[in-house]
Amino acid sequence: MSSEFTPRTITIDPVTRIEGHAKITLHLDESGRIADARFHVVEYRGFETFCEGRPFTEMAGITARICGICPVSHLLAAAKTGDKLLAVQPPPAARKLRRLLNLAQICQSHALSFFHLSSPDFLLGWDSDPAKRNVFGLMAADPELARAGIRLRQFGQQLIEQLAGRKIHAAWAVPGGVRTPMTPETVAWIRQRLPEAEATVRLALKVFQRLLDQQLAEEQQVFGTFDSLFMGLVDDQGQWSCIDGQLRLVDSSGAVVADGLSEDHYASFLGEAVESWSYLKFPYYKPLGYPEGMYRVGPLARLNVCERIGTPWADAELAAFRACNGTTASGGRIAISSFAYHHARLVEIVACLEAIGQLAQDPELQSPHVRSHASLNAREAVGVSEAPRGTLFHHYRVDDDGLITRVNLIIATGQNNLAMNRTVAQIARYYLGPAPLAEGAEIPESLLNRVEAGIRCFDPCLSCSTHAAGQMPLRIELVDATGRRLAERVRD
Amino acid sequence: MTQVLPSVSLQINGQPCTVAADATVLQAIRSAGLHVPTLCHLDGLTPVGACRLCLVALEGHPKLEPACVTTVAEGMVVHTHTPELEGYRRMAVELFFAEGNHVCAFCVANGACELQDVAVEVGMDHSRFPYQYPHRHVDASHALFGLDHHRCILCTRCVRMCDEIEGAHVWDVGYRGSACSIIAGLDQPWGEVEACTSCGKCVDACPTGALFRKQDATAEKQPHPERAQQLAAARTDHRWRNQ
Repeated sequence: MSSEFTPRTITIDPVTRIEGHAKITLHLDESGRIADARFHVVEYRGFETFCEGRPFTEMAGITARICGICPVSHLLAAAKTGDKLLAVQPPPAARKLRRLLNLAQICQSHALSFFHLSSPDFLLGWDSDPAKRNVFGLMAADPELARAGIRLRQFGQQLIEQLAGRKIHAAWAVPGGVRTPMTPETVAWIRQRLPEAEATVRLALKVFQRLLDQQLAEEQQVFGTFDSLFMGLVDDQGQWSCIDGQLRLVDSSGAVVADGLSEDHYASFLGEAVESWSYLKFPYYKPLGYPEGMYRVGPLARLNVCERIGTPWADAELAAFRACNGTTASGGRIAISSFAYHHARLVEIVACLEAIGQLAQDPELQSPHVRSHASLNAREAVGVSEAPRGTLFHHYRVDDDGLITRVNLIIATGQNNLAMNRTVAQIARYYLGPAPLAEGAEIPESLLNRVEAGIRCFDPCLSCSTHAAGQMPLRIELVDATGRRLAERVRD
Repeated sequence: MTQVLPSVSLQINGQPCTVAADATVLQAIRSAGLHVPTLCHLDGLTPVGACRLCLVALEGHPKLEPACVTTVAEGMVVHTHTPELEGYRRMAVELFFAEGNHVCAFCVANGACELQDVAVEVGMDHSRFPYQYPHRHVDASHALFGLDHHRCILCTRCVRMCDEIEGAHVWDVGYRGSACSIIAGLDQPWGEVEACTSCGKCVDACPTGALFRKQDATAEKQPHPERAQQLAAARTDHRWRNQ
């Protein structure tokens, strides 16, 4: 991102602030060409502040309320941070149960992103009527696929309910472990439902692969194809991990930039920049500085950082993913197009389903020893989990009585912030054409469609909260080098 | 020879009822198999009539009276659920919610909270009164227990439990008006009060998540309001060998 533009004030209607509307500004250079794009997040929620003064044991319950789509991610990150404040290791059964819960969560969230939110773009066409370009339109056009996708999400949601007592905002993971073991009924339920879920993702991979080979070639090139770092958790053998392990960063050539990093020291390698025009923070990899230290997290990053997934079907799909999306420069090892996030989600669903099948056969998950008890032993701790959208950090400091004095949460969507802006700029450059833009330049509808689809590659929470109801409310402004607004297009 | 107390006859919601002459209207209501909601009342502790949820209408009496501190009388005609009473009860519960900072979603007592239960019982789906969002704090200085003033409704069950059953009198009520709060010792951090025996009876008596065990996370509190009555009865009946 360039930073030569003079700061300016953008007036944001308070109605858009509360309704979750997105706003994007496209910034031109002196010659009238796109230099920069800014994806503005104008909602402020203040969780980090109002957690102060609360007992740390409540943090899992409080932070799970941040999101209705991925409450499990916050629950697990908070519980892991709580483990460290108690200075205990959860029993082995509890660690496996937490992993199982996260697998179910990634499965349901990815199914939501792929089938409900994004597949209408691929299957119904980018320029089809936005009012029908949603899951309901998909139901009309391809009822079998839509039904299967909805059932796949249901599988993940119901597994969460089976384990934790409720689908959304279950407070089942606690500092020291979890509340209850897996029941034999849940094992039987998993065995009964798993084949259908596997068939669904097999079908989705087939459909998506066909689309990639035919009409999605352009999107693969244009939707956020650029060099960046990638970050995610891997286990001690470098395999894909969703909850336990160390952090690894790789670059676009496939070189490991940093490995074996502990979340405890995140502040030594991750910085958080703040821009006056967005409430979303801008994390970056410190050794490269801001904004050069841009990195991506989430399904694409997790597949890029791992050596292998560790289960046979998922490893075969990973190989196919790399053959399809890997760059020549990296020897086919690294996918740099943000459009590959969609493909990566499907591969991760395969990984989740295989791992769920394995864990269902593990009798240890039915052990009654699922919680370690202790009182407060540490004053500061950092917990990490891989949320569906990427690595999630919870960092708490507490006083001698265990009351929170400081909270820092680093959310996946924030870590993809720089990359989302880069993606929007790339899409705008391509679809607005090479000619210089001047006052009154038209922002075509097709650009709006591509921009929202480009953002949706990252599956930011914003798309969850607004897109499912029909279309994503969007406002795009074209701004010249002096900060003057040249054109605007709004879709409510 | 056991002295037989005289009894009185009264009518509750049209139903005839006979109880001991020193019984409260609340006891009479319950002995007739009827129900009025309560929050500050706890069997085994001295009633104080603080929460006003058990208000009843007495025919021929000019004002509403709390059933828990009103003694029965011969020929009394009691109504427990008139539209006026139901309106007042709902208003009282709404005021409890508006006065404190009650966030059920992550409360330790979620699902096992008497305030939550009465809100459901009186049909409260929102508060018509503006929330006060008072600035309060959590006292987590005790090694085992915590006191979250945000959730305290000043029912004083903890004060009476500690004084009448445990005999330690750690708790009291301090300050006035909207600043009124439960205080430990001489308004000290709970963990510094030497009189506290760490028995946990106050936590058992608390109807909300205000008093809690520090190990408990969201929705994990297991209240034991029955213990006050059990302990009071055991003491009265001399069930302990050293009595």
